Amino acid sequence: MLETTGGYWSPIVWIVAFIVAFLMAYIMWGMGEKKHAKGEQEKPFLSGQDEPSKEAVHVRAGNIYWGFTETLSGYYDFMKKIHTGIINDYVLWFLGMAAIFFLAIVLPGVIM
Amino acid sequence: MNVDWLLTHSPALLIAIPLLAAFLTPVIDRINKKARDAFVIIVLIIAEIIMIALAWDVFTGSAHIYTMGASNPTATIPSQAAVPIRIVLEVDGMGAFMGLISTTVSLAAGFYSLAFVKKETGQGRYYTLLLLMLVGMLGMEFTGDIFNLFVFLEVLSMASAALIAYRFYYGDAVEGAFKYCVVSSLGALMVLFAIGLLYGQYDLLNMAALAKVIEYTTLDKIALVLLIAAFAMKCGAVPMHMWTPDSYTVAPAPITAMLVAASQASLYALFRICFSLYGLTLDVTTVGIIIIALGLLSMFVGVTMALPQKDIKRLMSYHAVSQTGYMLLGVGVGLYLLGKSDFDTYGMAAMEGGIFHIINHALYKGLLFLTAGAIFYKVKTRNLNEMGGLAHSMKFTTIFFMIGALAIAGIPPFNGFASKLLIYESAYHVSPILSIIAMLVSIITLASFVKVFHSAFMGPPMENAEAGEVPKSMIIGMAILTVGIILFGLFPGWVVSNIVHPAAQALAAQAGYIGSVAGGA
Repeated sequence: MLETTGGYWSPIVWIVAFIVAFLMAYIMWGMGEKKHAKGEQEKPFLSGQDEPSKEAVHVRAGNIYWGFTETLSGYYDFMKKIHTGIINDYVLWFLGMAAIFFLAIVLPGVIM
Repeated sequence: MNVDWLLTHSPALLIAIPLLAAFLTPVIDRINKKARDAFVIIVLIIAEIIMIALAWDVFTGSAHIYTMGASNPTATIPSQAAVPIRIVLEVDGMGAFMGLISTTVSLAAGFYSLAFVKKETGQGRYYTLLLLMLVGMLGMEFTGDIFNLFVFLEVLSMASAALIAYRFYYGDAVEGAFKYCVVSSLGALMVLFAIGLLYGQYDLLNMAALAKVIEYTTLDKIALVLLIAAFAMKCGAVPMHMWTPDSYTVAPAPITAMLVAASQASLYALFRICFSLYGLTLDVTTVGIIIIALGLLSMFVGVTMALPQKDIKRLMSYHAVSQTGYMLLGVGVGLYLLGKSDFDTYGMAAMEGGIFHIINHALYKGLLFLTAGAIFYKVKTRNLNEMGGLAHSMKFTTIFFMIGALAIAGIPPFNGFASKLLIYESAYHVSPILSIIAMLVSIITLASFVKVFHSAFMGPPMENAEAGEVPKSMIIGMAILTVGIILFGLFPGWVVSNIVHPAAQALAAQAGYIGSVAGGA
């Protein structure tokens, strides 16, 4: 058991609770409708159209979260702009950050 | 040779054994390839065993001090001198903690490499460099001497750069290595310049002796700026992270796992400089806020850049940046609260969270990179758009990936949850915004790995993929890290009490660090 500042965390308790919840869900599922014959539910009804092949409907990585990236397109455009892939820019970012650290850490002592 | 002798000399042995083995490897490679493989694995196992024994002794006892070349290795100050002048290794709780990470990840990478690079040429050089990487990491983590910190940083950087370019027939591997070389050289030069500034003022290189007399002059502050910038860049903190996806992506998968541990060695150096070298002499509020800000930026930019990636290793590389942010946040909060009344409760908990996250990240990110390597081994592409249905044929890899993905997303009961919980709760005390951003980043992390799982493992089987699971040695490599994830997830209380807390305490207690080498703060 891990003591934290606000309470505790016990993975064992969590696992027991998870197993109990799983068993309850499984029992409820087992009590559901049993009248359908095997195989009867396999074919979905799509307005009379044939079901497309699995290959045709598998969403590829490039399309997942399209809405998210499109909504944040301004942010992503900026991010793409600064991720140039050019080593000169990497060095500039490093020097720029060193300058910021200098302003924050060294300069106040020099001025005062 | 008895156990006491072994423990006394273990800091030196842990550097010397892989170093000697590195230069023996090409010789054995000339004689017999299988003997070379066995030799490397035996060396890595020996290093792991010695490291576990040393770490346990440190966690349950006190720091190990080793003076190189002295007749009595525990005597740090020669009779004719007032300060330590020889090279001193100081393995305290934090050093031992980091050493455990380095040896464990190297062992997993060693096993994994047996099959992964089997068809490549120049394996003798590969294993030589792999062992030199281990030497560099352990040297950085054990040294009590700031100049040797630079030396081992260079050993690590050069070995890493050469291994990133190992598959030089891919053009981007050479490009990634070149970028790594440039940023590493620049960072190392800054570190060297900072060391020069400190040495010029105090005539000292031993960190404990330096910490005893450091005054936080303007030159000390300039040295601190250079050291923070260099090590923050080397650990991949945003916005100095851009080399990370370029290099991690193109390196062989086991080397990428080791690069994660190598970046953490730089993170360790950053923390060691702030806490043990400067300690309370520095303006902890300003430096703490800088580290917290770097952490927040790294978390958010890393994860949002990971989400749209289509290259599986590039996606994981951005996640490595993001996870480094958690460590910076946790330890940054600790530094911010150092010396304040809240440190013993919230500050120490934040540091424990950040430090616990270091080892968790090494385990699950190492594992995830190995699963990415396993996928590449079979399908010969890193493009997620060209993958699918791998769960049909790669059952072990699928399970390993799921465990790694759930752990990195902080899903209970895996280890990532425990360390993130500690960070959330303690960072909330400084500002609720910190915890909210950290939790948001975890959610996006989960979303990102759901995408990888769906794209690579779900769906109809690939037609052009090589059927079947990866070779056994690769599975063993992944299994080593998986066992760690599960154990650390199931027993976080034990891990924090016995491993993480001694590490956090060693980092926070500057007087103890100084006292064990230089005799009193």
